[in-house]
Amino acid sequence: MSAEAAAIPGLGAPADTEWETVVGLEVHAELATETKLFSASPNRFGGDPNTHIDPVSLGLPGSLPVLNEKAVELAIRVGLALNCRIQPSVFARKNYFYPDMPKDYQISQYDQPINVDGWLELPTGKRIGIERAHLEEDTGKTVHIGGGGRIHEAGYSLVDYNRAGVPLIEIVGHPELRSATEARLYVAEVRSILVAVGASDGKMEEGSLRVDCNVSVRPLGSDRLGTRCEIKNVNSLRSLGRAIEYESRRQIDLLTSGQAIEQQTRHWNEDDGRTHALRSKEEDYDYRYFPEPDLLPLDPSPEWVEQIRQELPSLPRDRRLRLVEVAPSTDADHIALAVERSMDELALAAIEGGGAPERVMTHIVHNLADGPGQLTPDALAGLVGMEDKGELTATQAKRVLAVLVDGGGSPQDAAQSLGFEAMDTGELESLVDGLISNHPDEWSRFCDGDAKLTGFFVGQVMKATRGRADGKAVTQLLHSRKG
Amino acid sequence: MTAVEIAAAVRSGQQSARTVVDEYLGAVAEGDADIRAFNLVTEGQARARADAIDSAVAAGRDPGPLAGVPVALKDNMCTRGVPTTCSSRILEGWAPPYDATVVERLHAAGAVIVGKTNMDEFAMGSSTENSAFGPTRNPCDTSRVPGGSSGGSAAAVAAGFAPVALGSDTGGSIRQPAALCGVVGVKPTYGLVSRYGLVAFASSLDQIGPFTTTVADSATVLDVISGPDHRDSTSIGESQPSVSATLDNGVDGLRVGVLAELSGDGIAPDVAARVQAAASALESAGARVAKASAPSAVYGLSAYYLIAPAEASSNLARYDGVRYGLRVDGDSTPDMNTATRSAGFGDEVKRRIMIGTYALSAGYYDAYYGKAQKVRTLIINDFASVWEEFDLLVSPTSPTTAFSLGERTADPMAMYMSDVCTVPVNLTGQAAMSVPFGVGDDGLPVGVQILAPALGEPVMFRAAAVLEASR
Repeated sequence: MSAEAAAIPGLGAPADTEWETVVGLEVHAELATETKLFSASPNRFGGDPNTHIDPVSLGLPGSLPVLNEKAVELAIRVGLALNCRIQPSVFARKNYFYPDMPKDYQISQYDQPINVDGWLELPTGKRIGIERAHLEEDTGKTVHIGGGGRIHEAGYSLVDYNRAGVPLIEIVGHPELRSATEARLYVAEVRSILVAVGASDGKMEEGSLRVDCNVSVRPLGSDRLGTRCEIKNVNSLRSLGRAIEYESRRQIDLLTSGQAIEQQTRHWNEDDGRTHALRSKEEDYDYRYFPEPDLLPLDPSPEWVEQIRQELPSLPRDRRLRLVEVAPSTDADHIALAVERSMDELALAAIEGGGAPERVMTHIVHNLADGPGQLTPDALAGLVGMEDKGELTATQAKRVLAVLVDGGGSPQDAAQSLGFEAMDTGELESLVDGLISNHPDEWSRFCDGDAKLTGFFVGQVMKATRGRADGKAVTQLLHSRKG
Repeated sequence: MTAVEIAAAVRSGQQSARTVVDEYLGAVAEGDADIRAFNLVTEGQARARADAIDSAVAAGRDPGPLAGVPVALKDNMCTRGVPTTCSSRILEGWAPPYDATVVERLHAAGAVIVGKTNMDEFAMGSSTENSAFGPTRNPCDTSRVPGGSSGGSAAAVAAGFAPVALGSDTGGSIRQPAALCGVVGVKPTYGLVSRYGLVAFASSLDQIGPFTTTVADSATVLDVISGPDHRDSTSIGESQPSVSATLDNGVDGLRVGVLAELSGDGIAPDVAARVQAAASALESAGARVAKASAPSAVYGLSAYYLIAPAEASSNLARYDGVRYGLRVDGDSTPDMNTATRSAGFGDEVKRRIMIGTYALSAGYYDAYYGKAQKVRTLIINDFASVWEEFDLLVSPTSPTTAFSLGERTADPMAMYMSDVCTVPVNLTGQAAMSVPFGVGDDGLPVGVQILAPALGEPVMFRAAAVLEASR
């Protein structure tokens, strides 16, 4: 395991010394198109129920799907970003009855998906294989009325088809994740990639990014996969981690008490922190996939794919590598965070503009959580330079930074407006020398080694300078005067 | 009057569209109680539309090539605000919020839609007896079936209720009733006419086409309804040459094959004799006639009765009681779905949904649906070889003339055999049409089927015109 990996809490330390957790994830992301996958209705979150609809997205008799070219382009972008092979593909019908699915089949891709055989790299450097990333349409939403919203107790149900037909890309990863933390890193990475290539807004809370996770356990060292359970209703990175940890523990407990794992689909309940059986493998649907006769096979030209490849923006992994190059001693998770927040460009420019990498990255990670606002790379580099020269204390720098974020401008002007004028060394020295002669008793106790007196002198200096002085510099000066 | 004559008279102001429409509506009012061709007659709308066309003519505008021509629509084509039932209880109360592409094109050409015609439920059948609203009768002999599934449309034209009707052909549903009722019926090349707004039976086989009394009328209608449609992904993207323009070019020098696989066993001798007579007529007109063979065509029926039900089982899943049409309540959503579908679908529809569901099931897919698709490919390849040697083929449209009501309803296999001559063309996507060519021993009409390669409509219509003239 790399040094970067060790920097991420939880990673590298197996949860159990005898068992290994194996996780494979299916990530569904809504593609950021203007219109739906097969019709002209808007692809937009929210809106009054059943307002973003038309005969096609309602699956009315006689309606026919027409493929949205933009959705294909976004899917290819995702495929290329996930290092997939882009291949001729075929849409298929996945048949099952569900009220929020207007045609009672979902148009998806089955044995010939558009993107296959890719991989992505976690910030830890570990590569996870991607089996496929295919296009499909989303379903509507059922709202259960009465009975506290639970399906079995509801008086009746209403269906909103605004989401029906929204384009989704389903990214199926190989079961190569080994912990809840890795799973979270994986989803975060998928999300970063989706956002970076403009394919999706990646908002888990609005359901535009959804994750189904397959969890199994096996004795450490075994290379056989255990019986897996698929967990649904995981709606945040936090729930993902909790669900995997719970499920893995549940399976280990069953196995250690001599019981078998039944292959099941299970439902994560956020409130009780457990997974609950939904249906067993035997009860699972037979989807009766067959090629969708209403659509032609999809065969993007190599020229088009190449054009999309040329236009791909820089991807999170490459952006991390570039940042590591200029700030090599930064923690891997800080690098990842900077990229995830899209502040890597700012950091790079500030460092290239002369800012010390460590200080720049400290501000990026800790002090700019709400974004850079009006802060320019030059201003950040300048601010860091002032800190280096001792012209600003860490506390002052944070306040200057806040001014720069709010209103822009130069760090010098901002510091001045806050009254943080740099003190030259001579001014500080004469101030300290004056204090020593005015407080002989305190000074002799300090010289005898009473550490409490450091605070006294620093405090006096701060009071006299209204906080302009650098506490560290004062302490150094006191010690040097002690001889 | 033919459609071409009506349009000419209305466009030139010689006759008002209103008079034409009133006349045909009068014929429906008088005769449809016996025939039952219509599920719905849209009298009010038709008259208003006719008046609008007359106003246009009066104002010096040209309403188009079908000006004032009454058209009956099979009741599986969506008409905005007008019930579209597929002759099924399950669509009870549903009126589409949109018009099918063919309806838009008919309107744009000045046609007047006079009603929706009866059919086998969801186009599944060969006699129009599988209708929730009762059977349609053959105007040539009301004790006989009109064929199906577009029996209402065929009967409407044969009875003189409309000069033009549209039907849909999935396995012969235009050509077979055309043959049994003695009218012209065309199954265009797959993709030539948009399916948008046609309620799907089997998407890879369905195609809309005209019924008319003359070949020229069918050509005119086909020219109006065909052409690219961005709302149907399977629509052919390029405009095709007009079929009407070359109608009179004759068949001199054309190579015409008599398809061996569709002329032997199971074909009634009187029907086979008419096909031979048709071949001779074409030969006399200058065509070179020879025997042709597409050996795998004999497997067409078996492949068809797996592929069509498989697609239907999926296409008809949406009739679940949730959004439109019939709903029969139940204790849970699945109970409601089951109760609705049990009450809403007739026996033949249920039979095909079950066959199709089975054919697509895990463990059976390869043996049934997968195998059927391979057979389909074989048939396509066989015909591709045939088209290297021939420009057209002829065969019977139906193995027999019109059979009696009730004769085959108890025996689905006997009913399915009605489609043996027509099904291969749906599997290959080629063009075919049925032209009336005399009568059988029972005095009932016999249709001759002309088959053409994909987009071979212009040549196919030339041969049809020759047969019509030599009748």
